Amino acid sequence: MSGAKALIKTLENEGTEVIFGYPGAANAPIYDELSKSKIRHILPRGEQAAAHAASSYAIMSGKTGVCMATSGPGATNLITGIANAYMDSVPLIAITGQVATSMIGRDAFQEVDITGATAPFCKHNYLIKDANDIAQTLKDAFYIASTGRPGPVVIDIPIDVSTSVIDYKPPHKTDIRGYKPNVKGHPLQIRKICSAIAQSKRPLIIAGGGVGASGAEQLLAEFSQKYQIPVVTTLMGINHSSRCGELLIGMIGTHGVLEANTAVRKSDCIIVLGARLGDRAYTIVHSENSDAVIAHIDIDPAEIGKNVGTHIPIVGDISVVLQQIMKQKIDCNVSENARWANSLIELKKKKKVFKDNKQTANPKSAIRLLSELTGGSAVITTEVGQNQIWTANNYSLSGGGAFITSGGLGTMGFGLPAAIGAKVAAPDKTVVAVEGDGSFQMSLSELATIKQWNIPIKIMLFNNSQLGMVRELQRMKYSSNYFAVGLDGSPDFVKLAGAYGIEASRVSSNDELPDAISKMLRGDIPYLLEIPVDKDESTL
Amino acid sequence: MAKHILSVLTENKAGVLSRISGLFSRRGFNIDSLAVGTTQDESISRMTIVVNGDDYIVEQVCKQLNKLIDVIKIKRLDDNDTVSRELSLIKVAANNKTRSDIIQIVDIFRAKIIDVSHETLTIEMTGTEEKHQALIDLLTPYEIKEMVKTGTVSIERGTNIISK
Ligand SMILES: Cc1ncc(C[n+]2csc(CCOP(=O)(O)OP(=O)(O)O)c2C)c(N)n1
Repeated sequence: MSGAKALIKTLENEGTEVIFGYPGAANAPIYDELSKSKIRHILPRGEQAAAHAASSYAIMSGKTGVCMATSGPGATNLITGIANAYMDSVPLIAITGQVATSMIGRDAFQEVDITGATAPFCKHNYLIKDANDIAQTLKDAFYIASTGRPGPVVIDIPIDVSTSVIDYKPPHKTDIRGYKPNVKGHPLQIRKICSAIAQSKRPLIIAGGGVGASGAEQLLAEFSQKYQIPVVTTLMGINHSSRCGELLIGMIGTHGVLEANTAVRKSDCIIVLGARLGDRAYTIVHSENSDAVIAHIDIDPAEIGKNVGTHIPIVGDISVVLQQIMKQKIDCNVSENARWANSLIELKKKKKVFKDNKQTANPKSAIRLLSELTGGSAVITTEVGQNQIWTANNYSLSGGGAFITSGGLGTMGFGLPAAIGAKVAAPDKTVVAVEGDGSFQMSLSELATIKQWNIPIKIMLFNNSQLGMVRELQRMKYSSNYFAVGLDGSPDFVKLAGAYGIEASRVSSNDELPDAISKMLRGDIPYLLEIPVDKDESTL
Repeated sequence: MAKHILSVLTENKAGVLSRISGLFSRRGFNIDSLAVGTTQDESISRMTIVVNGDDYIVEQVCKQLNKLIDVIKIKRLDDNDTVSRELSLIKVAANNKTRSDIIQIVDIFRAKIIDVSHETLTIEMTGTEEKHQALIDLLTPYEIKEMVKTGTVSIERGTNIISK
């Protein structure tokens, strides 16, 4: 069989059901084979969207996402999506076409060194030079992408490798001597963390994206419940903490909520679960809480001690480690913990009222309404900017819902393709893309994808005619010297949606929001709701 | 800042060296020297990397290197328990007047003359970094025309080995 066929066969064997991809000359043999496969192919309107959609599909389905592009510009267009997946630890396979092996290094038409280019921000990559290696390489790639700390793996396949004919041999079980993730926590460290919890008067859990990668959502909820330990999250942890109920206090960091940051400042024992504690979250933890005992549990040893000094490092899979901890007898004062948790819950309950403005609607109220009307069970994707933070801090996720966002890279243009990927993974869920008008215009060509493949997502577009978050930055740090943040010239978004055959409407005040949002959510059809927002609305 | 010697076993594959050197520059780590060659197992290369930095840096270097799929094993070698050598080839100007002086110096260092011309002597020298520096200092007045060094290679003393 051909190399291309071996590739498709291996993808099928790995359980791939959908590929988000874009064809060209260098991957044409692969597309020819793909047409004969039962794997579904979705053609977004750009390769970057393919990578984002495949990533979001992966987050939503728990499987490894697959995206594909041709050589040269196709491959370089994937790069932002690959870097995004790397920062947020998403299991993703990116398959790129390449010029023929005999042409490599000669600056052939549409040649780029994509393995060289992606090395800094992918978990691993391969340039396959022999079709006999395709099956094994692909199997190994899936294993690497989905185990340990998940991440993107790039596979570059020259066209002559795709077309050459081989004797297909099924791959054997992956065994890579340089890659053996450690899943079990060291018993000594487990004992240490247990005694730290026992001694603590104000323990706190910081939950990050790693909780989801390890499938530890339920265990996290049980663990925090059992010892009455309050939970705060990073931006990436929001998606995995919805089962913690009242004990969930909110998001930490520069864009987090007061009650969560207060919790971090006051805690005397911080248990970090699968979080990088990146600069936006970490400044607060580190500088103001140097006395607290910090226990860091992560499957990636390189994260432990990288940003925050750690007293109890535990390398392992969060589910496994939490089970190990919960098997121990921890002699802690649960009612004292509950009192501490309650003080934070009280702080959280203090009612926040948002001002109404006649010409615009309040985005925070809008997100709260969305939260109520969906019962927190919708799948929410966001863009980057104010819209992202409004959503993170005001949508209360419940079981069944999801919050998919670009955390580490902060990639504008992520949200719309992400909604597409999520809806493909979970067709029965209501999927809402929360958009800013700037970000939306980076990916709005995806409206056609929504139409062509009938992917009925809801789009809630906050229109402040500005790059809102940058404008706010200019207000705070650059004496309101607003420059290059106005988005005059944007189209009439309701008409634009109409041009794509997508139903749409616009509200003009808070009073109209409940009906408008209910209408948006009705029926399994795509819908765009435009919400005009005051350009000086604050992020927090 | 202290020098640390890392022994790194890697897959002997295309692209491994660039992954490793890329990692150093990307993360802002400084390499003092890097030497690489295959081992008794042809599929495995061994690198000796000398890193300049404090404990935090070296720990980060090791952890980040370990994340590379093609890196099989890393060991930080203890300076006191390690034999380190570097090889250099030094081409120094020589004429009838200076030749015998240079040969004398070479003898004292137990280095070797490996090539002679009317105007030059080429010296092969193996030893520690300090020994190299001493030789270079003595040869400099004669005018070193060209010089090439391998970078340090290190191995543990006694029966210790790096297991895969
Ligand atoms: C690809 C990309 N380019 C630039 C930025 C910098 N940036 C961060 S937020 C922001 C403004 C986003 O504007 P909009 O999508 O309208 O959202 P808003 O802040 O108004 O809610 C910009 C430009 C980014 N995060 N990503």
